[in-house]
Amino acid sequence: MNKPLQSKSTTGSYLIDPPGLKSWLFTLDHKRIGLMFLVLVSMALALGAFFALLIRTELTLPGPTIVSEPSTYNRLFTLHGAVMIFLFVIPVIPATFGNFALPMMLGARDVAFPRLNLASLYFYVIGLVFFLLVLIFGGIDTGWTFYPPYSTSTVTPVILAVVGAFILGFSSIFTGINFLVTIHTMRPTGMGWFRMPLFLWGLYGTAVIQVLATPVLAITLLLLAAERLLGIGIFDPKMGGDPILFQHFFWFYSHPAVYIMILPAMGVISEVVSVFSRKHIFGYKFIAYSSLAIALLGFLVWGHHMFTSGQSQLVGMIFSALTFTVAIPSAIKVFNWLATMYKGSIGLAPPMCFALNFIFLFGIGGLTGLFLGSLATDIHVHDTSFVVAHFHYTMAGGVLMAFLAGLYYWWPKMTGRMYNLVWGQVSAWMILIGFNLTYFPQFIIGSRGMPRRYYDYTRLLEVNPEFTFYQIISTVGGFTLVGGLVLVAFILLRSLFVGAKAPDNPWGSGTLEWQCNSPAPHENTPAPDDVGDCYDYNDLEFDEQTKGYVMKQ
Amino acid sequence: MTESHPSDEKPNDGGCKAPHVAHHFDSAQQQYDSAKLGMWIFLLTEVLFFSGLFCFYAVYRANNPQVFVDGHHFLNTPLGAFNTVVLIFSSLTMALAVRAAQLDRNRSVVCLLAVTILCGLTFMVVKGVEYKQKWDHHMVPGQTRIAHWFSDENTQSPPKKFQPDVQYVREHLEEAGHADLDDEELAQRIDNLRSYMGIYFALTGLHALHVIIGVGVLCVVLIMAIRGRFGSHRFTPVDMTGLYWHLVDLIWIYVFPLLYLIP
Repeated sequence: MNKPLQSKSTTGSYLIDPPGLKSWLFTLDHKRIGLMFLVLVSMALALGAFFALLIRTELTLPGPTIVSEPSTYNRLFTLHGAVMIFLFVIPVIPATFGNFALPMMLGARDVAFPRLNLASLYFYVIGLVFFLLVLIFGGIDTGWTFYPPYSTSTVTPVILAVVGAFILGFSSIFTGINFLVTIHTMRPTGMGWFRMPLFLWGLYGTAVIQVLATPVLAITLLLLAAERLLGIGIFDPKMGGDPILFQHFFWFYSHPAVYIMILPAMGVISEVVSVFSRKHIFGYKFIAYSSLAIALLGFLVWGHHMFTSGQSQLVGMIFSALTFTVAIPSAIKVFNWLATMYKGSIGLAPPMCFALNFIFLFGIGGLTGLFLGSLATDIHVHDTSFVVAHFHYTMAGGVLMAFLAGLYYWWPKMTGRMYNLVWGQVSAWMILIGFNLTYFPQFIIGSRGMPRRYYDYTRLLEVNPEFTFYQIISTVGGFTLVGGLVLVAFILLRSLFVGAKAPDNPWGSGTLEWQCNSPAPHENTPAPDDVGDCYDYNDLEFDEQTKGYVMKQ
Repeated sequence: MTESHPSDEKPNDGGCKAPHVAHHFDSAQQQYDSAKLGMWIFLLTEVLFFSGLFCFYAVYRANNPQVFVDGHHFLNTPLGAFNTVVLIFSSLTMALAVRAAQLDRNRSVVCLLAVTILCGLTFMVVKGVEYKQKWDHHMVPGQTRIAHWFSDENTQSPPKKFQPDVQYVREHLEEAGHADLDDEELAQRIDNLRSYMGIYFALTGLHALHVIIGVGVLCVVLIMAIRGRFGSHRFTPVDMTGLYWHLVDLIWIYVFPLLYLIP
């Protein structure tokens, strides 16, 4: 446990000091930037969820239901995918909790480049505006992957979306550079690499990928826009170009990008599991190194998105074999979390409920990924809703659950308010049930041949009459899931008005950000000279008066 | 030479920070180290950005070698070589400017930065001359379309493919030793030229954009130098700009032979 600080900061809460709208818009305070990101990504989540509900409603019954044109449906799933990927899951955890907690966890006053951090926020806003423009101009129908030659010939505003994604890439790179440099140069003297909270290891691995992969997407999207606008023949086979090359470039970014999404999520889970088990994290170094291993291996597996795209059999086999290796560090993390919980004193507060959801759902998501990583089974389930289900078990079941776990975990420190814990647990159950109802049926119908991206499956019913039943269950689950998210929003927003004042350390965490006041003061408190083991909970005891944890006398 | 003197910026003793150290850093040394690491990581992203283009170049050239053989006849190699010399020279003056800043020779810093900026501008002017030649012979990708945007005619958007001056292309290829082309062969050569010009403008255009940004940043640093902001206690902005400028130079050193010097 860290030694108590000599004196707490005398500055006021970061929420009100300094006051005024202008001080928020031009703030260089990482905590404010994190909070503004939280608001923005939540809006993106709501937008993406809205499109998801439209998709689910359309698929409930065979034949056209709410959408009359197939092209409208194409736009719906493209917008759902693009908004969720580029505006929600990629930035969500680094930009919100990473920005908020990283400097405080290091006892630093801010990230290394605060202006760059603010620029990251504004680039995100500009990217968001571009995607809203896409919406106003009728949406795009290429799928979120922008594959040419369709993306260079469709009449929908692809360039706007591509430029939006390009700008969001800058936002991501800025965050990555900031985190890498901050972790390297601003750790306190007493904190070696292996004294860092594991959340920072997750963010470090994420930042490595953001910095190495995002520029490749940037150049790819730029070339795509140039091809569409000026007709330079890079991807168009009619002009000697190579459309497969686009897929290679695109997945060289977009496969590592799923680790941009999941690594910080795993970092959140590492914190939450240890704190709520009241037990030292098991296998610290293995968890830390597995973050780096995932970051590096993630660069070597992009070809598994192209098993049916016409790459050679040998390349397919190599990519398949490499894909399996990613399972190892992922499993190391899961085993270590389970070992941490073993014989721990587990408290089922909402953050822990969502962490358990994460382990359960990500386990299913990860294991079904093996079916897709093997060449033969992938041919069978390729482009079916099995892929959709797998992806959502890892991304929604993984990142979204970790986001909610982190949101419930850091909420008292971000806002200074406690929310209703029982309702928090209810929301976790509701989301868990809704989630499984939505996506588990898609595994079943996917393995039986339900293609993805079909808006009308009437013809398939001749062979598979049970599809309608599963689709109805999936839609009911989808509305339950979104209902659960609305409940979370309601619980948290309600806490702002009627919630009890949060104690400084409500969960008994050992990391440095919990040693200051709630909400965090404007000036971060510096780290003590002797930074102890942040996963040692022996020195903390619950104080009935403040309803929070304090140092043992 | 910039690498060997990071210790020139020593942290102040006694906890009282120098005025240029931002509030969130403990010392000038920490600020310098952070800036340097951040800059190198940024340069890494730039390298990856361009490596996407180079990778594309390699694949395209392996698949369509004739495109490059036909296309490079239309580039002005002497101008390209001149620009290469100009950029390499500007890298020298940039490096000397960093050195001068470390040694407190502020007048030299100002002069050397000014020469670097002039070199960057010279590069852009020569590049502009080359682009103008391409435009005059209708060899810019999307040229018909761009011309259409700026014209008052309210007709339908023309095709994206550019239509080069056929007579010019024929004469140029004859000079290069490809005489007696029939119409079909010539059409094939023009198709190749289109592909080549796409690659040429993508590579040199992105590079030129980086030169423009570099010149802009250099101007800011020059103003800071004129105001006497730099010295052995503080030369980070000069140093970082120098790193960026060297990268811009380095990329050109690859672009030039890949596009102009094809056998």
